[in-house]
Amino acid sequence: MTPAMAEAADLVLVRAGRRGFVRNMPTKAKVGVGVLLLFVLLAIFGPLLATQNPSAATSIVENSRNIALAPTLHHLFGTDTFGRDVLSEWLFSLRGTVVLGLLTATIASILTVGVGVTAGFLGGIADEGLGLVMNIFIVLPALPLLIIVLTFLPNSGVVTIALVLALLGWSWGARVIRAQTLTLRGRDFVAAARENGERTWRLVVFEVLPNEVSLIAANFVGTFLYAVLTSVALAFLGVTPISTWTLGTMLYWAQNANAYIVGYWWMYVPPGIAVALLGTSLVLINFGLDELGNPRLRGSVGRKMLGGGRARGGAWRPTDATPVEILEPSA
Amino acid sequence: MRFIARRLGFYVIAGWFALTLNFLIPRALPGNAVESMMAKYPNLPPSAIAVLDKDFGVTCHAHLVDGLRQLSCSNGGQGSLLQQYFVYLGHMLHLNFGLSVDFYPTTVASTLHTTLPWTLGLVGTATILSFIIGTGLGILAGWRRGGRFDQAMPGFSFLQAMPYFFLAELLLLLLANTWHLFPASGGSTLGTTAGFNWPFINSVLDHSVLPAFTIIITSMAGWMLQMRNVMITTIGEDYVLAAQAKGLSTRRIMFTYAARNAILPNIAGFALAIGFVVAGAIVMEIVFSYPGVGYQVLAAVTSDDIPTMQGIFLAISFAVLLACLLADVVYVIADPRTRTRAAY
Repeated sequence: MTPAMAEAADLVLVRAGRRGFVRNMPTKAKVGVGVLLLFVLLAIFGPLLATQNPSAATSIVENSRNIALAPTLHHLFGTDTFGRDVLSEWLFSLRGTVVLGLLTATIASILTVGVGVTAGFLGGIADEGLGLVMNIFIVLPALPLLIIVLTFLPNSGVVTIALVLALLGWSWGARVIRAQTLTLRGRDFVAAARENGERTWRLVVFEVLPNEVSLIAANFVGTFLYAVLTSVALAFLGVTPISTWTLGTMLYWAQNANAYIVGYWWMYVPPGIAVALLGTSLVLINFGLDELGNPRLRGSVGRKMLGGGRARGGAWRPTDATPVEILEPSA
Repeated sequence: MRFIARRLGFYVIAGWFALTLNFLIPRALPGNAVESMMAKYPNLPPSAIAVLDKDFGVTCHAHLVDGLRQLSCSNGGQGSLLQQYFVYLGHMLHLNFGLSVDFYPTTVASTLHTTLPWTLGLVGTATILSFIIGTGLGILAGWRRGGRFDQAMPGFSFLQAMPYFFLAELLLLLLANTWHLFPASGGSTLGTTAGFNWPFINSVLDHSVLPAFTIIITSMAGWMLQMRNVMITTIGEDYVLAAQAKGLSTRRIMFTYAARNAILPNIAGFALAIGFVVAGAIVMEIVFSYPGVGYQVLAAVTSDDIPTMQGIFLAISFAVLLACLLADVVYVIADPRTRTRAAY
């Protein structure tokens, strides 16, 4: 999302008010929010539905009777090679991944907004210095660094992993926020507030930040996606402790049990699909936020559009090459 | 040229930062290479540990004394942290990454020498292909906004959100293990001699199809969505309208006028995307047992081979920095504005 688009999106938000916001949301975003909500609800209430706690020690005798069972009515998602109920694992893992993602996105957003706004608003040496740090963190490859840090930190909990992930994932957003703050800083309403004798922190909190809401939201969603995909990869590698259940941990066990080769599809399909769906919902939400800010991006035909579009009928659009092509033969 | 000089200066600083980080992390966090060795071979005599200490340049390690973890340090003539730092920088300058725990006493540099070319070749080629294909499809989707292809866009976001290794496992299951179209693991067929001969090249190509396909499919969507969005915005510009009014051919307007300008953010965003591609490729290599650094990372993680991990981190960091620098050079060629004023 470009700064100009973000501004337009904020304008739409302000105009539409709180009730109209949902109605004005592009369909893609509605689908995305719906799926995300479903996952969040599952993360909150899912473990209550689980028949067993995958982390708790269960009777080995009982589990040994249930090794690698295909899905049945009793075990809806089957059981894994340790005899544990896959559905229960899945519900707990979903919570683990959603919590990790939200925590990472929250911490990273605080860093992003803090650094981005400071650099953009203060300018000068602060901007140069922070800009350098941002750019360095953008080019540093996060995954190899995460592997080293997390291998050194054995038995790291969810909070530690989230902190490390956030520390390596804040920079791109900060660059975008910085650019937007830079354009806002020079606006008349900020200048007017400054002339009124407002303090710097008031200028930032009440004049600048409210105009960056959609940008911050888009960044939050993007970081959420990064956290989900990266944490899944790390767990799959076995870098993060296997005692915390995340969707990556399930995929780690599936790989460990050779589930792909032996054909225990119920061990890897539920976590794989869950990650892909969760990720898709986040991508769709960002799609929608983009469209909110730039009505031109709305692709569907026959919808009410803010800018001139196909829906307006007669309006000639450059994408429509037809007028030029029709004119040629007749002339 | 000022732009390139500025960027070059930045990459020097970024490279120095990566080096320093690589120096500080092992010293700030618990655990070290000798402890990994001691975990691997529990009954090492003290004399052997002393040799290992010297080889790995370790001064402190934890012992279990009566079940309690105690840290004992010997300042084996290593000097202050600052002195160590300069010794370390000297080592790095000579590509001396220390010794591997897994293949002690082989150096990390020589293990990297065998794995890095595989990864660079595969990831490099796949990234370029995915950039070209993704950007091309993005141009088409953006040009025919609302068309059938464009409406399939959310479907591609599904690919973008899919973990690389999961797609890799599925491809492996279907194309290699079930239908036997492609080899399931490795980088080349056993028995072929590495070098510039057709059987070897053929087997390398054959083995790289599935891994490359995985990278291209999953990373393509990002380029595509970005290109489509910028393309749509660019098409609304007056100069595109003017070009159309002049009666230029559709293809010319599409590529020379719209795509030519819309591609700039895609090149500028290269730095962010390459990080994702590399991360995905590392994990993907494990699935295909591809003999690159990703596979090496897994081995290093399992045995806490910290020197190898550090070597891989540095090698990947510098490869990424180099790729970003190349992207910057392309950007300067593509955007004349960078040649007249200092951007960024």
